[in-house]
Amino acid sequence: MPTSIPKEELMAPGHTACHGCGATLAMRYVLKAMGQKTVVSVPASCWAVIPGAMPFRTLDVPMVYTPFAATGASISGLREGLDIQGKTDYNVVGFAGDGGTADIGLQGLSGAMERGHNVFYIMYDNEGYMNTGVQRSGSTPYGAKTTTTPVGKERDFKKENKKIVADMMIAQNVPYVATATIAYPEDLIRKIDHAKAVHGPKFIQILAPCPTGWYYPPEKTIEISRLAVQSRMFPLYEFIQGKFYLNKSFKPVDVSEYVKAQDRFKHLNDDEIDNLRKYVDERWNQLLEWEKIYSEQKE
Amino acid sequence: MVLVPVSTVSTRNHPTDSWRIQRPTIQYDKCIRCMICWKYCPDNAIEIENGDESAPNERIAKMEYPVINYSFCKGCGICANECPEKCIDMEFEVIE
Repeated sequence: MPTSIPKEELMAPGHTACHGCGATLAMRYVLKAMGQKTVVSVPASCWAVIPGAMPFRTLDVPMVYTPFAATGASISGLREGLDIQGKTDYNVVGFAGDGGTADIGLQGLSGAMERGHNVFYIMYDNEGYMNTGVQRSGSTPYGAKTTTTPVGKERDFKKENKKIVADMMIAQNVPYVATATIAYPEDLIRKIDHAKAVHGPKFIQILAPCPTGWYYPPEKTIEISRLAVQSRMFPLYEFIQGKFYLNKSFKPVDVSEYVKAQDRFKHLNDDEIDNLRKYVDERWNQLLEWEKIYSEQKE
Repeated sequence: MVLVPVSTVSTRNHPTDSWRIQRPTIQYDKCIRCMICWKYCPDNAIEIENGDESAPNERIAKMEYPVINYSFCKGCGICANECPEKCIDMEFEVIE
């Protein structure tokens, strides 16, 4: 019987990720879509720890460790070097977390996208610096508890909204931008197949829930990433060379269902959940507007 | 200067079974071979095998079926949670 996603496994078992890790699933699906001819560049992130200590490796493709801010620069260099050697059929993939993309690596990313190298930049978004012990990042959503935004008597949870890097990439007119999540691997692999057909820089943001940092039981990883899409906390869209497609084919659920599934939001009262709901609705309306604007432009 | 790969031993030689607290077991007589457990396993611990004689009927016996590799399963429970037939049981490990 054919399976819904490719059978080829380029990520070996035996890695040292936490139970129920979302980031490993993101890498597994990305490599299934990319195939054997791939070079992966990883900055300091959870994925720098998951392959295990030396001499272990967990990927069956070449993997380069880079400094935190240099993912964009390293994929640019790898691409140009491979092109000079005539290896133009290799995919070069930068695989960075949200800290390495939204905060520390943002200038490197922006530069690589502007120079127009034929590379993939995959951001796996676990909404915080989970590798170093759950610190707040620019990508952490409103209301979340982290170790740098702790909730005690002071109720010092994160008061700012999530910084969405995919939207920034659309503003920069990157040829291919998409968001995806691990609950829908078929959709994720289809998006990478679309991206492969585009020549130029490609940016994909993948929501990868983290049981350790979001404080939920490990078996709920897929359920929570599905709820993130259904509650519109993480809308799925695709931006291909000026065309914008928003995924509306799901049964919407209320934001409170997503919020109540995770202990990082458990301190929020009804007013604060309302703030989050308002933000989610505003963002959804904004995306609907974008869809309208981009479809008018094309006609 | 010559650059060479430094980490060359695959983690296939690094079992993670000691991490497991709960042990999943597939009930093959209820399993419909949808492979959803294989699809969502973050540890790649579920393998695909050909043809199974313990299947409930002949049509399913010809299909590929999932087998849990207990050397790598960390017991996160995603497979049991996502199984549409709820035919994967999670039980606590017993140390002998």
